Amino acid sequence: MSQATLEIRAISAHAGSVPGAGVKREFEVCKLIDTTTCIGCKACEVACLEWNGYSFSETTFNNSYQTMPETAWNYWNLIKFNEHEREDGSLMLLMRKDQCMHCEDPGCLAACPADGAIVQYTNGIVDFQQDHCIGCGYCISGCPFNIPKFSPGARKVFKCTLCVDRVSEGLEPACIKACPTGCLHFGTKPEMKEAAEKRATQLRDHSGFPNAGVYDPPGIGGTHVLYVLHDATNPEVYGGLPKDPRIPLMVRLWKTPLKWLGNLAIIGGAVGIFVHYLRFGPKIVPEDEEKSQQEKTP
Amino acid sequence: MSESVLLPNGRILRYTFHERLVHWLAAVSYVYLLLTGLAFWSPWLFWIAVVLGSPTVSREIHPWAGLIFVAATFLMLRMWGSQMRETPADKAWWQAMPRYIRNEDEAMPSADRFNPGQKLLFWGFFSCGILLLLSGLILWFTELVPWNLRFLRYLAVITHPALALITIGLFMIHVYMGTAAERGAFGSVIRGDVSRGWALKHHRLWFEHIVRNESARK
Repeated sequence: MSQATLEIRAISAHAGSVPGAGVKREFEVCKLIDTTTCIGCKACEVACLEWNGYSFSETTFNNSYQTMPETAWNYWNLIKFNEHEREDGSLMLLMRKDQCMHCEDPGCLAACPADGAIVQYTNGIVDFQQDHCIGCGYCISGCPFNIPKFSPGARKVFKCTLCVDRVSEGLEPACIKACPTGCLHFGTKPEMKEAAEKRATQLRDHSGFPNAGVYDPPGIGGTHVLYVLHDATNPEVYGGLPKDPRIPLMVRLWKTPLKWLGNLAIIGGAVGIFVHYLRFGPKIVPEDEEKSQQEKTP
Repeated sequence: MSESVLLPNGRILRYTFHERLVHWLAAVSYVYLLLTGLAFWSPWLFWIAVVLGSPTVSREIHPWAGLIFVAATFLMLRMWGSQMRETPADKAWWQAMPRYIRNEDEAMPSADRFNPGQKLLFWGFFSCGILLLLSGLILWFTELVPWNLRFLRYLAVITHPALALITIGLFMIHVYMGTAAERGAFGSVIRGDVSRGWALKHHRLWFEHIVRNESARK
């Protein structure tokens, strides 16, 4: 899904600088998902499949509206339903549209070992380039949201592109276009953030949700998908939205300290071996050396 | 040790054909694992995967090469396990290790068929191989690990390269010792034989055992 028209900010596993980064200013795009006005109609799911050319997957039934447990390599957008019992005993049917969050500091990109398989555009979209993907699945380990999914047929990993092909042509993502209630919005990050905060204030002041707030987790530098939640103190109840998502510590340790230590050890070891040979030379068995000398000079 | 015998030309058979074959099975699979692994380790080495077919091919074959390598180390365990066991005499050898590094081999305690350094190399490769296989299986089938068991992924992501680095250290020393540093060692794992002087210098206990066996046979 290469988009040559978009400026790239970061490239996975790329040796050297990012060509063309920072030459022009671009708006950071953002989706706003207001879970308080979502009615769970799944129009966004249909629009996503339609636009990206996938067909419906077989659904599962677990006595709820949930049609499948999680997103799939060919099903990038899924509403997570949860019948949540509040402290006062009343029930709330929570609905959250789950998809790639397009992190500012993407764990998938950090973990990827394939040059150019994941790029982050200046507008904030994190996009997988399947023609460079080697199917190792490290991005699956790097993601704190359980989003990248492996296709056993293609042996590559797929996820939501934030409709980069539409956005680069000035269109809104397909899911946004299909939403009938206006719970989905698309715009620049500052505008969406402002709208989200406004809605959260409204919910706190007038709708009896004192804990309402905006989900824009700082642990990964914020996301290019914002949620308005009735209860921002407990995002886990919205189908397992992590409270404080971060790039997994082990991925960080592997990609920075271990890498430097390892490189130093390998180079240091090679130098040490070379110096040892210069200083002490080989272990020679004298009679063998004499014999080979005799053979060389008949 | 009965397979190691004095050859008609006065040299000594150190490694049988079977032993050499297993050694090179492990060596070739390890070098492939090392090169493709390094390609995935650093963006600056990613070109290695391109040279070896393509990055996708490297990613597909790397796990299979791992299976071959671990299988080879198990074959080694079967043929060398008893000779790789630590003995009380090994301690003195380790204490004299600085002399070994300075090539003062005459001052070293006599070694059997494998000296304690070689034993360490074998057990290092063997145990790292098993752990690399276990962590590698998680990385191979990452998508099958359930979300609530994702700590397994994180564990594998850090242990696989860390263990690989340990084997790289062992490998570098092993290759240096076997080629440049110890004259005659490389021939022993290619043609299989060594000179009497070599056996006496590097593996005196092993040599004496062979001589004793041989005279008992006569």
